Amino acid sequence: MIGQPLDRIDGPLKVTGQAIYAYEHWEPGQPLYGVIVGATVGKGRITRIDTDSAEHAPGVRMVMTHRNAPEQGARDESVPMEYWRAQPVLTSPDIHYHGEPVALVVAETLEQARAAAALVHVEYAAGRGRFDFAAYEDEAYAPKEANGGFPTDTEVGDFDTGFSTADVRIDQRYTTPYELSMPMELHACLVQPRGEDLIVYVSCQIVDAALASIASTLRIDPARIYIITPFVGGGFGSKLGIHAETILAAIAARALREPVKVALTRQQIFQLVGMRPTSSQRVRLGAGRDGRLVAVAHDVTMATNPDIEFAEQTAATTRSLYAAPHRLTTHRLTPLDLPRGADVRAPGEAPGLLAVESAMDELADALGIDPVELRIRNEPAVDPESGVPFSDRHLVECLREGARRFGWEHRPTTPASMREGRWLVGYGMAAAIRKHFQGQATVRVRLEADGTAVVQTDMTDIGTGTYTILTQVAADGLGLPPERVRIELGRSELPTSWGSGGSWGAANSSTATHRACVAVREKLLVTACGDTGSPLHGLDPAEAVFAEGSVRIGGADEALSEILARNHPDGVQAEGETRFMGDDPNYAAYSIHTYGAHFAEVGVDADTAEIRLRRMLGVFSVGRVLNPKTTRSQLIGGMIWGVGAALQEEAVVDLRSGAFVNRDLAQYLMPVHADIPDVDAVVLDGYDDKANVLGMKGVGELGICGAGPAIANAVFNATGVRVRDFPITLEKVLPGLPLMDT
Amino acid sequence: MNDPDAGGAGRSWAETAPLSAVALRVNDEVRRLEVDPRTSLLDALREHLHLSGTKKGCDHGQCGACTVLINGRRVNSCLTLAVMHEDDEIVTIEGLGDLDSLHAMQRSFVERDGFQCGYCTPGQICSAVGMLAEVGAGWPSHATADVASPRIALTDEEIRERMSGNICRCAAYPNIVAAIRAVAKAGTQ
Repeated sequence: MIGQPLDRIDGPLKVTGQAIYAYEHWEPGQPLYGVIVGATVGKGRITRIDTDSAEHAPGVRMVMTHRNAPEQGARDESVPMEYWRAQPVLTSPDIHYHGEPVALVVAETLEQARAAAALVHVEYAAGRGRFDFAAYEDEAYAPKEANGGFPTDTEVGDFDTGFSTADVRIDQRYTTPYELSMPMELHACLVQPRGEDLIVYVSCQIVDAALASIASTLRIDPARIYIITPFVGGGFGSKLGIHAETILAAIAARALREPVKVALTRQQIFQLVGMRPTSSQRVRLGAGRDGRLVAVAHDVTMATNPDIEFAEQTAATTRSLYAAPHRLTTHRLTPLDLPRGADVRAPGEAPGLLAVESAMDELADALGIDPVELRIRNEPAVDPESGVPFSDRHLVECLREGARRFGWEHRPTTPASMREGRWLVGYGMAAAIRKHFQGQATVRVRLEADGTAVVQTDMTDIGTGTYTILTQVAADGLGLPPERVRIELGRSELPTSWGSGGSWGAANSSTATHRACVAVREKLLVTACGDTGSPLHGLDPAEAVFAEGSVRIGGADEALSEILARNHPDGVQAEGETRFMGDDPNYAAYSIHTYGAHFAEVGVDADTAEIRLRRMLGVFSVGRVLNPKTTRSQLIGGMIWGVGAALQEEAVVDLRSGAFVNRDLAQYLMPVHADIPDVDAVVLDGYDDKANVLGMKGVGELGICGAGPAIANAVFNATGVRVRDFPITLEKVLPGLPLMDT
Repeated sequence: MNDPDAGGAGRSWAETAPLSAVALRVNDEVRRLEVDPRTSLLDALREHLHLSGTKKGCDHGQCGACTVLINGRRVNSCLTLAVMHEDDEIVTIEGLGDLDSLHAMQRSFVERDGFQCGYCTPGQICSAVGMLAEVGAGWPSHATADVASPRIALTDEEIRERMSGNICRCAAYPNIVAAIRAVAKAGTQ
């Protein structure tokens, strides 16, 4: 089954509306409804809250503010990962960012709660907030480390000397905006109190993190919390942790002794779940006339919330991308009174590659070298910073195969030289690279007496295909047809994992599933080969083949159901585990990444500078593919995120108030059907034996890596206009458009 | 009715507003409800009838996740009140097909992998079904080359233009268009 384009196991449930998401569970009975009230100043202090009207409004059961909220656990930085830490809310009258929760109103219906929330009267003493990144960029400091455990700065050779003596130099600054994950399912939580226990239906990517975070915030025994999240309507980073909706639902449910559910509004999701920070990136490339890089520097300054530091690893990708003897990367932060920075799909790589791969295009243009060829000339033999070998690097193959399939030879070599009617047409490309991470996962596989297998883990399926690929892995692992495998995910009483995130979920959980299957097989073989009643008795277990529900050794075979009936009437189970990469020597001995090459064709209206993507192709190397159908879908989805990053997405700060002014889906523009023409993804055959026993790596974030700059470079090729302030919107292109004969 | 700004006991007008009785015909079944008159059709479906296949993505008419068919036309159910739909024929994703008998559009979405997380999917499918009917009825769109033509060729541009009210953050767009195209093609054969 591995490698087959199996339709999603959960597909029929999803297309019939039978897949149940967090806010939709009715097992607890009729819940109460909570609505969050947010601060209307960006910095300051609450001087007065009048909740009287709200408390007396029809149906209202509770109004909670900082005055009556229970004391909560503090965010503890000794807990190694942010998403496992406490997330207290309504702790003080101080306002740290616009939209910060100031009250929760709980009522019998949603309509009553919403109406009463509007009656909560809050007065503020507004403080002077720092909201303008450009104004404070020069005050940036060096964080202790960058997100993901990457070092803040790295230096190899002598950059200054290398750069100053290079034949050709590019020295440019690129800026990227605040961006948001914006999953389609609202962040939501339904909490049912049962005795001292809390049953928590929550939309989250990591069950174990949600559990730890709720327990430490509410200061209750984790054993009393049960998380249930069988379906998650997208995450893209914003559901790695839980947020105010979950903590407030849990506090209210405990206090009222009734089920309570709370969903953030779409507008609140712009304020309360974290965002990709804005960045200013200086990229310096020094090269010889032959195009070989001698010096590469990537210096990044970003915004951070002052209380919850987040340093996106935006320069980290540059460390492994191209060869050059002299290298420098830095990350700096400037604190602003804005919502916290957080992981948004491809943290670091997505904005970092926008800058570096644009700069590479500028270098190719300056040298008069084809952009594909320039990248091939700078292919490193070993990881250029760590010096360790690459595990399985196929960037050059991706570049060549993509160029061939796309028809790259038809690219106009002179910018603004191809015109079709009113459209200026251009081609662009960029490379993709993303470090592959490995995290902890435990999976239990149980072969029932009737010969069906049950795979159990608290791993989530956020649209990534977990149900489907684990079915395939277990079917292969036990020699069963897929319809005899059942997958149980997203419950905290199941074996723990580090969930979905960082593109590690598939490899972590698949590898653990495979190992559990191997362990189940071994148990079965021990009994079968030692059982005088079995046709396999006395045969060599090492020769065994599991297929079609039977075990075959040489010419003898026996059905699993018979082995089970005779020896294991209660079934057989075993656990398999994947270790954290820090405990796996391969991840220190090798530089383990996924790769790709993006090619895009755009049309730019010669009069209005309207930019239309015409077609796009990505060719990727990701090790072994478990399911080509779901893999392609995820890669295409990522590529389309790149379209948004290049051309559309930007959360705009009101510099007076610190509010995002475009906080809804009509004004924060994301790609819609009409923006997306033919987009295709091709994956090269592969197997990375250093990554894990299945030879697979993650694909969830690779698609976005490099997709944006391919489009940016196509815009330059179409128009001759280089926009370095993302997103590339028409007003930035229009002033530079060539005058055309009409 | 009390004036909401009149203060007094701090009571809103809604306290004295009675619940409204409404009979909704949902998926060929009459469902009698007593709802707060402020209840959107979306919340009536989800919170009163427990038909949670219709999704709330923005509650603002901006994402299309709540799309249902009312008298055959697609409507954002978050933008209309339940009490406005007495006697209307409402079809939700649950009414298009079920696990034992998928609607052709549902099956096509599965086969073409026209979704990932699945949250926008019911809205996409309801919208696609309504959209094909609009094209069949000869309604032009921004992408229609000849708006006077009684027959509209269902190009990919037509599908994309007409489906742009349904946002998919997983960005399954190419697969969604392929799924719709396959159904349309089969329907004309």
